[in-house]
Amino acid sequence: MSGGVDSAVAAARAVDAGLDVVGVHLALSTGPGGAGGAAGGRGRHGCCTPEDARDARRAADALGIPFYVWDLAERFAAEVVDDFVAEYAAGRTPNPCLRCNERIKFAAVLDRALALGFDAVVTGHHARLAGGVLRRSADPAKDQSYVLAVLRPEQLAHAMFPLGDSTKAEVRAEAARRGLAVATKPDSHDICFIADGDTRAFLAGRLGERPGDIVDAETGEVVGGHDGSFGFTVGQRRGLRIGRPAADGRPRYVLDIAPVGNTITVGPGELLAVTEVVGVRPVWTAGAPPAERFDCVVQLRAHGLVSPAAVEVGVGGVVARLREPQRGVAAGQAIVLYAGDVVLGSATIEGTGR
Amino acid sequence: MTYLDHAATTPILPEVAAAVTAEQRHLGNPSSPHAAGRQARRRVEESRERLAAALRADPFEVIFTAGGTEADNLAVKGIYWARRSADPHRNRILASPVEHHAVLDTVRWLADHQGARADWLPVDAVGRVAPDALRAALVADPGSVALVTVMWANNEIGTVQPVTELAAIAREYGVPFHTDAVQAVGALPVDFAASGTDALSLSGHKLGGPLGCGALLLRREVACTPVLHGGGQERDIRSGTLNAPALVGLAVAVERAVAAQPASAVRLSALRDRLVAGVRTRVPEAVLNGDPVHRLPGNAHLTFPGCAGDALLLLLDAAGIECSTGAACATGVVRPSHVLLAVGADDRTARSALRFSLGWSSTEADVAAVCEIIGPAVQRARKAGAADGPPG
Repeated sequence: MSGGVDSAVAAARAVDAGLDVVGVHLALSTGPGGAGGAAGGRGRHGCCTPEDARDARRAADALGIPFYVWDLAERFAAEVVDDFVAEYAAGRTPNPCLRCNERIKFAAVLDRALALGFDAVVTGHHARLAGGVLRRSADPAKDQSYVLAVLRPEQLAHAMFPLGDSTKAEVRAEAARRGLAVATKPDSHDICFIADGDTRAFLAGRLGERPGDIVDAETGEVVGGHDGSFGFTVGQRRGLRIGRPAADGRPRYVLDIAPVGNTITVGPGELLAVTEVVGVRPVWTAGAPPAERFDCVVQLRAHGLVSPAAVEVGVGGVVARLREPQRGVAAGQAIVLYAGDVVLGSATIEGTGR
Repeated sequence: MTYLDHAATTPILPEVAAAVTAEQRHLGNPSSPHAAGRQARRRVEESRERLAAALRADPFEVIFTAGGTEADNLAVKGIYWARRSADPHRNRILASPVEHHAVLDTVRWLADHQGARADWLPVDAVGRVAPDALRAALVADPGSVALVTVMWANNEIGTVQPVTELAAIAREYGVPFHTDAVQAVGALPVDFAASGTDALSLSGHKLGGPLGCGALLLRREVACTPVLHGGGQERDIRSGTLNAPALVGLAVAVERAVAAQPASAVRLSALRDRLVAGVRTRVPEAVLNGDPVHRLPGNAHLTFPGCAGDALLLLLDAAGIECSTGAACATGVVRPSHVLLAVGADDRTARSALRFSLGWSSTEADVAAVCEIIGPAVQRARKAGAADGPPG
């Protein structure tokens, strides 16, 4: 229970289903502002502030269930935050929410819960899960199946997502009807461990400033400088701080990040378009791929970049040939494979081709 | 329900609840000179005298506060400020590292913001301060010490300090001695006059009294700068309208607890020993922390190797048994106990402890309830502890 409206309503529905429910709030931050910090947290937004813990506790009170705070700050730092920093340092664009689901919520928390005699971890994620089949939410705008597609069958077997059939508006209305104070609490959008939302500053703090060049893909010219290649993601247009406009006057985008040479390559939007995506470390929600070759729909970012594709499963990875070219496909993100709204599996994007 | 968390708070004694309720019906600010005020004042002063008599203090030495934390803050800050302003050289505070946070954090704050130097006295493996250690800390430059503060009995592991000996040494060197006796009053014989201490903190709700009241016993001759300024109701050292209902209840509670103390110490220590023996029969690896001899009668503080304390607490809570893991931060995260760390435990061990604390309402049935559940609970918590291990 994060202290938000979704997990509160998910808990309420679990209680209504007659389950024996215990509310757990995760303390994930070790920083001085976070709940796991010695100072006990002050004026920090994002998750796991004392304010969020209080909101979660009050929701649990309203539902009449026990409530505990579990300190997973060390595991979170090691498995999510360090991974996030390392991925950016390697020129990739990680998704920490996905990693948190994989390693914390449905691993550390689930293992502990199972050991304590519980059967499942219930969360407020917007996705449908029945009979081991993971599907998109009934609310396409809030669908979170992308960040859950990394779960293995044995994790899904102990997961429950009671909100999958509802829209966010319905969840809010239900929270209000149930008298839950979090009914009108705004959605959280930020990365929970970056208090001010400034990812580049957070990474600079962890990795140090590493000035380098920004190079034009077409001319090979140095067109600008940067403070660290980790501050960029493929497809990014804003914040490049290139003094001179391109000769043709068209906007330029980040095409490639080369952490070894510490170079950012920029170019026109059409050079961003990719038709082939290579994914590694595949996870299949059914335990195995549906076939060696199959047609499906792939999603390449948490929000958007959806295309029909022909997928070929190889040793340790997948190759997807996109029917519709996509711009802004970044290594480190997940490629999630769907048959209609059913999640078949996912892999980590390693490379792209045109 | 099995309530074994008396060190956190005790059920209010029925006669205390009656006294508080009766007083709440009376009108009058004890500081008002009119009839209603005088009557309220009379009841407060009678309560002060009763409390003082029970603890062998002079009524003038009783400064009512809003609880143990306030009494500790007032003693440590107030005596430090007064002594240091009299002589700027006097800036050292000698304290045990196993103090309650009300003292520990106050000392740290004075060190961080008020020019104090915190000297942490060494403790042995059961958390006791050796009198020689205090002497060693004082002897070199006693003139630089503002005060010594060592708790009478530890709230977590139950260890009782040799307070009388420590206070005598401090007095030898002319240094005021404060003791946080929040856990001791009602549990152990506490005689303020005979103890030789200069300041002693106590709290109402730890001994069957109301919440939100306590007292600092402070010898006349010890200067103490106020923390709360205002009407100067308590010897000009503490301000705030006197909380007559709570203070009337506090006096009744202290009187009752002190009168019952010899018998309840015998009863509770026997009950506590059966609890510890019962747990260790079922969980032979369980370790009793704290001094086995110099110990609060109602305290059973045990480490369960391989278990996370908060996992055990959850399982016992689900079985209707209420106990404690120690300190938690504002959000509710269980912190490794600073007391266990101070007596040499590692971080993991310091998170694997449970405190059962018995009090006036505890019975044989409570002990039986713990013994029934502890074996399976530890087995499960151990599995959860393995799940908590390093990422793999």
